[in-house]
Amino acid sequence: MASPAVLLLLVFFVIPVVLAFGLAFTSARLVSPTPPRFVGLRNFAMLAEDPVFLRSVLNTFAFAAVVVPVQAGLALGLALLVNGRFRGTNFFRTVYFIPVVTSMVVVSIVWTFLYQKDGLLNRIIDAVTFGLVQGPDWLNDPSTSLAAIIFMSVWQGAGFHMIIWLAGLQTIPADLYEAASIDGVSRWTRFRFVTWPGLRATRTFVLITITISAFSLFTQVNVMTQGGPLDSTTTLVYQAVRSGYQQQQTAYASAISLVFFVLVLIVSLVQRYLTREKD
Amino acid sequence: MATRSPQSAARLSPVLRRLPVYALRALLALFFAFPVVFMLVSSLKPDQQIFGDLGSPRAFLPVGSLSLENYTAVFDRVPAVRFLLNSLGVSVITIVLGILVNSLAAFALSRMRWPGRKVLLTVIIATLIVPFETFALPMVWWVNKLPWLELNGFSLTLTEGWLDTYRVQILPFVANAFSIFLFHQYFQSIPKELDEAALIDGAGWFGIYRRIVMPLSGPAIATAAILTFLPAWNSYLWPLMVVQDEELRPVMVGIQYFFQLNVSWGQIMAYSSMITVPVLALFLAFQRSFINSIASSGVKG
Repeated sequence: MASPAVLLLLVFFVIPVVLAFGLAFTSARLVSPTPPRFVGLRNFAMLAEDPVFLRSVLNTFAFAAVVVPVQAGLALGLALLVNGRFRGTNFFRTVYFIPVVTSMVVVSIVWTFLYQKDGLLNRIIDAVTFGLVQGPDWLNDPSTSLAAIIFMSVWQGAGFHMIIWLAGLQTIPADLYEAASIDGVSRWTRFRFVTWPGLRATRTFVLITITISAFSLFTQVNVMTQGGPLDSTTTLVYQAVRSGYQQQQTAYASAISLVFFVLVLIVSLVQRYLTREKD
Repeated sequence: MATRSPQSAARLSPVLRRLPVYALRALLALFFAFPVVFMLVSSLKPDQQIFGDLGSPRAFLPVGSLSLENYTAVFDRVPAVRFLLNSLGVSVITIVLGILVNSLAAFALSRMRWPGRKVLLTVIIATLIVPFETFALPMVWWVNKLPWLELNGFSLTLTEGWLDTYRVQILPFVANAFSIFLFHQYFQSIPKELDEAALIDGAGWFGIYRRIVMPLSGPAIATAAILTFLPAWNSYLWPLMVVQDEELRPVMVGIQYFFQLNVSWGQIMAYSSMITVPVLALFLAFQRSFINSIASSGVKG
């Protein structure tokens, strides 16, 4: 009874993953009259000298370095804010979750509009500062483009992780809080000694899922900036897609994918190690 | 009078104390909802008014000359109905096949005893950390080489290449490690004594699956359906690479057509609203199951 699933996983997961490793060492192209030929490390040598690729590694790390802590933190804040029973619990949870159910393509388009030089964001900046500060052309300025994409991405994904934090909060036994309230400890102490340790398993999960999705950054870049301006927003996945799909260089794209895969693996192993059970 | 005032102050103070928290919640609600509200409202306005309203709160209010003109223009400009039906069909078939295939696998893994099932389950769960993006490109090359049987008149012919088909949008996403895991966890909570009783009564394994386990698994099925629906409806990268034929493209890729030639933001907002509103409506109707299904993806420890 497991065989249909196993067969499908074999064809659409195992084989492509193995191919990702194999094709990286060949000259394969998407459409080519000649069969792929083994070329050793040539693709990787080319990668090492490709400034756009190196820039994409840097951007990917920069994106993850900001998005992981900020999104996880914001989501935890939201979860604490809507945890428990109060008037409108469901209303607030639902509203914070709206960006998650709106597709990334759609939110990218709406934000592209909001980020325009004379767009909503700059009009607000203008109004708030009484015309003293001129907002930049967010997506067309290399110094602000990545930040703009980061801000939008944090906004879009926070609701998803809020729900996961909430699920974690529900697993903390209520009597721990009761004991704490009898002792009359401060809100911060209660968080520090009851809530935070109680969220250990959730924390690992949230950090790893945000990291993996941050590393996989593609849609926002493809819709909002196409990697520009001046490669300031290009990413590993965007580069892989560009060379593999637009330029049909399957082998080169596989090499990028392989680097990406190894990076994701290392980062999640390191995170798992750092957040392991210490007792 | 003097004796009553401390009392009413005491009664009032909890409300006052909660006020800043509510203000913060409301502010955040605005922050998370405003782009979607802006999109819906703008879709009803002519382009000039969208830009004119940007400087004021009118940008978020359905005021001025409102019409469905942008929507009718969308239908004139792109085969929007076709895109919507493509996405709907692909999503529904992926969900139905997925529920069947993944629950069967989970059933075999959780309720039948056979050598290697524990190893297989571990391997399946381990695949969850590999993002689709890492092997999407080799996969394009691979599906382009895959054979397929095609019915031509009365003869079956073997064709090669899956690019520009519906199947390439469906089959790779049917088997899903997370759904298998989800069903597995759920099936574990159904008493095994039911199987034994049914076996004694002469039922086969498939009978147990169909008559006992699946009818008891409503919440798991709903969760798997929701978690399959969202990525299927929102899929963008994969169809962008493997579907060139306009007739077969899903809604998210259809948005590209609006950035060619004269860009009309009103039409873009109308199209964006059209492909978002069905999901938002589903979400508001089944809000509890949506949120529970996301929550259940986090509580695996």
